[in-house]
Amino acid sequence: MNSINEKQKNTLFAVLTVLPSVILIGIFIYGFIGNTIYLSFTDWGEGAGLTENVSKNFVGLKNYRELFSGFIHGRFRQDLVNTVYYSFFLLGGTLLFGLFFAILLDRSLKYESVFRTIFLYPMALSFIVTGTIWRWLLAPKGGFNLIPTIFGLPKSDFLWTSSRASILNFNWQILPRYIFAIAALVLLIPMVKSFYQRKTSLKKQISLSVSFGVSLLFALFLYKIFPPLLPYEEMHGFNLATIGICIAAIWQYSGYTMALYLAGLRGLSESIRESARLDGCNELQYYIKIAIPNLKPITLSAVIILAHISLKLFDLIFAMAGADNANTGHPSINMYLTTFRANNFALGASIAVILFIIAALFIIPYMIHTHKGREA
Amino acid sequence: MKKNGLKILTASLMALFLILGGMTFAEGQKEAPAAGKAAAPSLEVELTNEQPTGTLEIFSWWAGDEAPALNALIKVFEKNYPEVEVKNATVTGGSGVNAKAVLKTRMLGGDPPESFQVHAGQELIGTWVAANRMLDLTPLFEEQGWMDVFPEDLINLIGTENGIWSVPVNIHRSNVMWYVPENLDKWGVEVPETLDEFLEAAKKLEAKGVTPLSLATTWTVNHLWESTALGVLGADDYEALWNGDLSWDDPKVVEVWSVFDEVLSYTNNDAASLSWQQATDLVVQGDAAFNVMGDWAAGYMMTTLGLEADEEFGWTASPGTNGNFMFLADSFGYPKGSKNPAATLAWLKTCGSKEGSDAFNPLKGSISARTDSDLSKYNTYAQSAAKDFQSDRIVGSLAHGVVANEGFMNDFSTVMEMFLNSRNPQQAANACQAIAIQNGLYK
Amino acid sequence: MNKQKTLRLLYYFLMLILVLIFLVPMYMTLATALKDPANINLATSWSFPKKLNWNSFGEAFNMLKPNFFNSVLLTFFATIISAFIGSLNGYVFSKNKFKGSEIIFTLLLFGMFLPYQIILIPLFQVLRTLGLYGTLAGLILAHVVYGIPIVTMIFRNFYDQIPDSIIESAQLDGAHYFQLYRSLILPLSIPGFVVVGIWQVTQIWNEFLWGITLTRPNAYPITVALAQLAGGQAVSWNLPMAGAILAGLPVLIVYIFLGKYFLKGLLAGSVKE
Repeated sequence: MNSINEKQKNTLFAVLTVLPSVILIGIFIYGFIGNTIYLSFTDWGEGAGLTENVSKNFVGLKNYRELFSGFIHGRFRQDLVNTVYYSFFLLGGTLLFGLFFAILLDRSLKYESVFRTIFLYPMALSFIVTGTIWRWLLAPKGGFNLIPTIFGLPKSDFLWTSSRASILNFNWQILPRYIFAIAALVLLIPMVKSFYQRKTSLKKQISLSVSFGVSLLFALFLYKIFPPLLPYEEMHGFNLATIGICIAAIWQYSGYTMALYLAGLRGLSESIRESARLDGCNELQYYIKIAIPNLKPITLSAVIILAHISLKLFDLIFAMAGADNANTGHPSINMYLTTFRANNFALGASIAVILFIIAALFIIPYMIHTHKGREA
Repeated sequence: MKKNGLKILTASLMALFLILGGMTFAEGQKEAPAAGKAAAPSLEVELTNEQPTGTLEIFSWWAGDEAPALNALIKVFEKNYPEVEVKNATVTGGSGVNAKAVLKTRMLGGDPPESFQVHAGQELIGTWVAANRMLDLTPLFEEQGWMDVFPEDLINLIGTENGIWSVPVNIHRSNVMWYVPENLDKWGVEVPETLDEFLEAAKKLEAKGVTPLSLATTWTVNHLWESTALGVLGADDYEALWNGDLSWDDPKVVEVWSVFDEVLSYTNNDAASLSWQQATDLVVQGDAAFNVMGDWAAGYMMTTLGLEADEEFGWTASPGTNGNFMFLADSFGYPKGSKNPAATLAWLKTCGSKEGSDAFNPLKGSISARTDSDLSKYNTYAQSAAKDFQSDRIVGSLAHGVVANEGFMNDFSTVMEMFLNSRNPQQAANACQAIAIQNGLYK
Repeated sequence: MNKQKTLRLLYYFLMLILVLIFLVPMYMTLATALKDPANINLATSWSFPKKLNWNSFGEAFNMLKPNFFNSVLLTFFATIISAFIGSLNGYVFSKNKFKGSEIIFTLLLFGMFLPYQIILIPLFQVLRTLGLYGTLAGLILAHVVYGIPIVTMIFRNFYDQIPDSIIESAQLDGAHYFQLYRSLILPLSIPGFVVVGIWQVTQIWNEFLWGITLTRPNAYPITVALAQLAGGQAVSWNLPMAGAILAGLPVLIVYIFLGKYFLKGLLAGSVKE
């Protein structure tokens, strides 16, 4: 009797303990997200956005339509393209370098802790500090551009953060075609696979083929049915000015992936390595065949965290290139400018929601995955 | 089963939070049904003779080279009102872009500074006056006799039908082209007067490996554009652009963009990473021949670099704009909700006074907005500018907020970005037409 | 044998190059900060000054002093408060699970990965309504609230390592919920507090977005002041560089001396240890 009572009391205390946090998070995270979504459907900021008595009207998806096809928002569309490249390079660069450093350090030679400390120190600094430093390193007439002169070559004149050049340009008008073409390509592999493996059910085969066919059809003929996104050509591509930002970000974060991988490698027990050696594996084979496949869950965590950091590049870009630099733009900076400089709160909220949706695409599956892991 | 029920419960709780969150804040914000902007009556400032005390926070973007001028003005204020503690809140960043963002968050946050720097003209009117956040200063102007000492054109520009909104502290000229006479002699180039002459000289300079025109970060590109537009269009058509008489997709405007394209081809390629001072440095150091910049560049060259005006550097109206004075003015306004009204008033009085104005402007490198200022306190450059101000045709600047509201200025910067990438004059002109309509330039 | 030796030599050579690459930005920062402003020019940016000029540090510190102390206050209070909340929450989610606590925990964690732009506008308005806009207190509140997910998670992971048997035996001795927390859990939590403390200190000290949108100039934390210093016009580069060193030094010191705990916090950020 007593112990049941005690248990109930405990639960009551437990609930009371977390209640303030739950309420705070409920309001400050979920409530605020709801509010921002609501704001993104209004016209707050057009006209009298700064008056003391703000009036807002519901305008539906107008802000989103503006962002994707309004002709003044070309910068936002370039920002989205930049985001793809920023994320790609940050992820690719840090994972590769991090793994490389981790393998180098895994051999536990002398001074390992010194090396580790040096590879990881940029993580302790803020993006503003490192951004300030890198800005100086990448100044057009000094820093990195002088390095070739050490080898007697003429100095480079690459405009790190202010170059207007871009490569891999595509026309925004036909973006949907590209998307469907990529979808078709992605679907092609499992479809072909499903025909070769007898196990797959007919149902699955059919649904895969149908979605492949539809994507292909859309990719080829969609533009004949629907008007293009924009009334005129608008080219977007990979801005070379973003390279400098990517280098700085990789410099700062590869120590982090190194630490993750190193912990993972150390977590593999010595016996695994021993048995691999007995099986005649050399070092290289050990890493490729045994260690790296075992690091998969760590790679997954790293991808999630880095993807989320790449969406937060705000600070680094702000310090390195300035908020106004359109070539290195990012939706997070655009959101700040739109909201706090141009007073267009509703449009700023829409950009925030788009950022949030991109982040949620990564995070929600991950949260569900770890949640299941905990409950199991 | 039970577990599922729990999940559904939590999910619906979460949804409830989302919706409630959306609703409650939405409720709180849904005041005043779109009551039209002009409907609210403007409030006049209340004059008082109370001796000001307490603190006075002055918000501006005058830091670095421009700080000494502000400090001189503050010194005059402190001498006259020793009881007030002045807090000088500056936010750096050329032409005030960062400062304006910070100011907005503060005003929206219900925390206005006692007085803030703002470009006189549409920038103030289109933003803060339209939002009904400023007090009408007409009584102050009448009391201080400023109606007579400030030029009438200027008062018209800083006011609307409903009142006068700020006290101008200075006048700057935007359409000035700077050079080093000695270098031009060396390169065998004459100072160009028209755009054609300029382009010819530029070709010659480029052949000699000299950058013909130095340029800096984004806003200086807009600055160059307005001078080019004035040069191509002439004052009448330039003004017609702003009062809606000349359409932005007119062939004349397309012509402005194509000339601008040609001018840009003679600028340094690392412009975007330079500050305006660094662009001026390029001219001073002999790496570039000309620089089009407002006359704060004179202050920079004389005060910071210690150069002798008219000898170590020279100036002329930017190509094709002779006889025109494109002006911009900094001013201070009185935001509603100032926590120290007496001190705000005292500060505005100082800004408009002869003593304050003549302490500030010689250091800032600008001229006084007052017609009775003591020219002997000013340098060679300012004296010549003051003379031009009296005789030239006066037009307003775009890049510095005199002729267009902030919405247009913001969008114009975007169009400029587009143009810098595409270099397509017709497209830029069409884009400008669209943003002009969107921002109510054709009323 | 010989082959191994050359391999080892090669290895250290490679490490040396990598280390140099990682230290290049530091070198450049120091070299520029120690130069006389008149000698700073882009063409010679790599050379180390012959005569050291330490004045830049004093000058930069004078400019950043108020912001430095803002950041100290902000970091101190926000870290202490959030660590305490995190410890209590972690105690519940690890040792006093109740029906639905796992789901609540997952929902809490979601806040870790938000792009903060999504809550910026309402946050700004709420702080304004509370009269906290522009103040350090408002910034502290923001850091405490949005710090809850990560600190809760670190503490939960930490408490998961304390065996349940210890707690059960204490319960048999008649210790109740809060007694248990105070007499058993809290004393065991010191390493947890160190990890969380370091994590929060680093995060809060380095934060920028809220600093620039939620405070006014006299409450600016050091990151915002540094960005302004560096973004300002025609400042010679010795000052921003000295400022960058000053702004980075506190966390760098923590990192160098308590690197082990820093690493733990870092790894905790990846949800699973």
